[in-house]
Amino acid sequence: MADEPIVVAEALRKRYGDTRALDGLDLAVPAGTVCGVLGPNGAGKTTAVRILATLADADSGTARIAGFEVARRPDQVRARIGLAGQHAAVDEKLTGRGNLRLFGRLYHLSRREARARADELLERFGLADAADRQVAGYSGGMRRRLDLVASLILRPQVLFLDEPTTGLDPRSRGEIWDAVRDLVAGGTTVVLTTQYLDEADRLADDIAVVDHGRVIATGTPDELKSSIGDRLDVVLDDPGAAGGAADVLHRLAGAYPTLEGGRLSVPLPAGSVRLADVVRELDRAGLAVADVALRRPTLDEVFLRLTGTPADDTTADTPAGTDGTGAEGSAAVRAKETVR
Amino acid sequence: MTAAAAPGVHAPASRAVRLRWALSDGVALVGRELSRIRQEPGELIAALIFPAIMVVLFGYVFGSAIAVPGGGNYREYLMPGLFAMVTFTSTMAVTLRVATDASRGVMDRFRSMPTARSAVPFGHTGADFLHGALGLAIMAAAGLLVGWRAHRGLWPTTEAFLLLGLMRYGLSWAGCYLGLVVKNEHTADNLIPLVFPVTMLSNSFVPTGGMPKVLQVIADWNPVSALTAACRELFGNPAAPTADAAWPIAHPVAASLGWSLLLLAVFAPLSARTYRKRGR
Repeated sequence: MADEPIVVAEALRKRYGDTRALDGLDLAVPAGTVCGVLGPNGAGKTTAVRILATLADADSGTARIAGFEVARRPDQVRARIGLAGQHAAVDEKLTGRGNLRLFGRLYHLSRREARARADELLERFGLADAADRQVAGYSGGMRRRLDLVASLILRPQVLFLDEPTTGLDPRSRGEIWDAVRDLVAGGTTVVLTTQYLDEADRLADDIAVVDHGRVIATGTPDELKSSIGDRLDVVLDDPGAAGGAADVLHRLAGAYPTLEGGRLSVPLPAGSVRLADVVRELDRAGLAVADVALRRPTLDEVFLRLTGTPADDTTADTPAGTDGTGAEGSAAVRAKETVR
Repeated sequence: MTAAAAPGVHAPASRAVRLRWALSDGVALVGRELSRIRQEPGELIAALIFPAIMVVLFGYVFGSAIAVPGGGNYREYLMPGLFAMVTFTSTMAVTLRVATDASRGVMDRFRSMPTARSAVPFGHTGADFLHGALGLAIMAAAGLLVGWRAHRGLWPTTEAFLLLGLMRYGLSWAGCYLGLVVKNEHTADNLIPLVFPVTMLSNSFVPTGGMPKVLQVIADWNPVSALTAACRELFGNPAAPTADAAWPIAHPVAASLGWSLLLLAVFAPLSARTYRKRGR
């Protein structure tokens, strides 16, 4: 098992009634890295984590953590993993310190070790001031942090984070991210499920995009972005000339651009077109350009392309061409449909 | 990388270690309940005042208008009924605690930890047993204040409390199982009022002799009635004459014992299995 990835899933399948939650999911996470498992709601992310964390059995397929088969040696697996889920899975009636001591005892630390470890973790994750307050009085972010901390008591080799920042405000998200980065620096392997692409972009070394219970793409965030190419954005001085510009861009990029809020935008294979050529061609066509830029796609665009669903509700499709630039404008809008 | 994390690895080495861990896990989980009580003493006080209020309410409000057939003080007649009733009603607390753990993800955390599988339901029922013992003690104190006495000496009195404790423990397991099945604290909350009528439909407050035939049969076979009758017998408190009583009322100690063991035999394995079961 010298070079086997620390987390391995092979052809995991799981049904709930008529729904196929997992449909042949494969995953391999090398030790010491962060794997972002990205997917829309209901893609099977949580089911995958539940199976890997010994909470559920797969119908078929195998999963191994640190070489131990999850279904056969759950006790060995449980001794090596930490799980922080979508809930803040702590006892609200106890204090923060009380929770960590209890979990320490349940991890079979001695009373003294459990105390020491609780104090150490509370200090390290900025919860020392609130340690002796009841968790019921904690903010959402503090609860999640306590939940995360509770999964670190044994210094797990693999930490599963199932949507650790869903529903948190930006500041609390930042705090969780810092904590995760800290852990990774200390050598912990992290499997992170998320619907937030910026979260995956910032934290993950590798990303597995999951849809309908299987992995449909893997790679580093950069590789995934490159796989769908760059985007060329053009804003004209005269929005009425969008039709002519669309033709020019079509000649250069091989596709008609979309028009959103006066911005023409067209995907390009990475490195296929130089910005200087774009400016020159537009100039030659007599089109005055207010702004032109080549940019890397966001992970949101990658996600949208791969799954056909927006990553979350806030990035839902905005109707194009709303500024109504006449016949030429609507040509570009039509073009958007052909691009898709 | 794997070696660096090694100090954290606590995997069971042998059967003996496993057993020791199961015991220490159970103790830790019972301790959890004690810590919770320390954090929220108000909740405990409320839970304990309730039985005391029942003593006053039933003893004086209803007792003022009820005459015990065959004679005797109504409060003496009532106390064994209240002991039995509280034994049954307070069981819903464990259902609520288990369901809350399940719905908040705490149960999943336990499951993902190397904590002994059996320790979690044992911890919950063990903690519930402590609650029950405390409740009985308060109840007995309240009873003594209003003039209730155990008349038959140390051993029968002890026997009565042991019987109450055993029934309570069996019910704890039933409550634990219910909590594991409903998995939702709100559902559990809604179930609580349903327990009340079940305990009222018994001989706890009034003799069953005057009830309509159907209700009388149900009441006579209600485990609450058996437990009440057993306590009356063992405490030497007045009981309505039992000329042609149903079997559980004629042999209340045996019946109570039987009900308790049945509850344990059915719900302890069911709870353990449901907790253990993966695959949801």
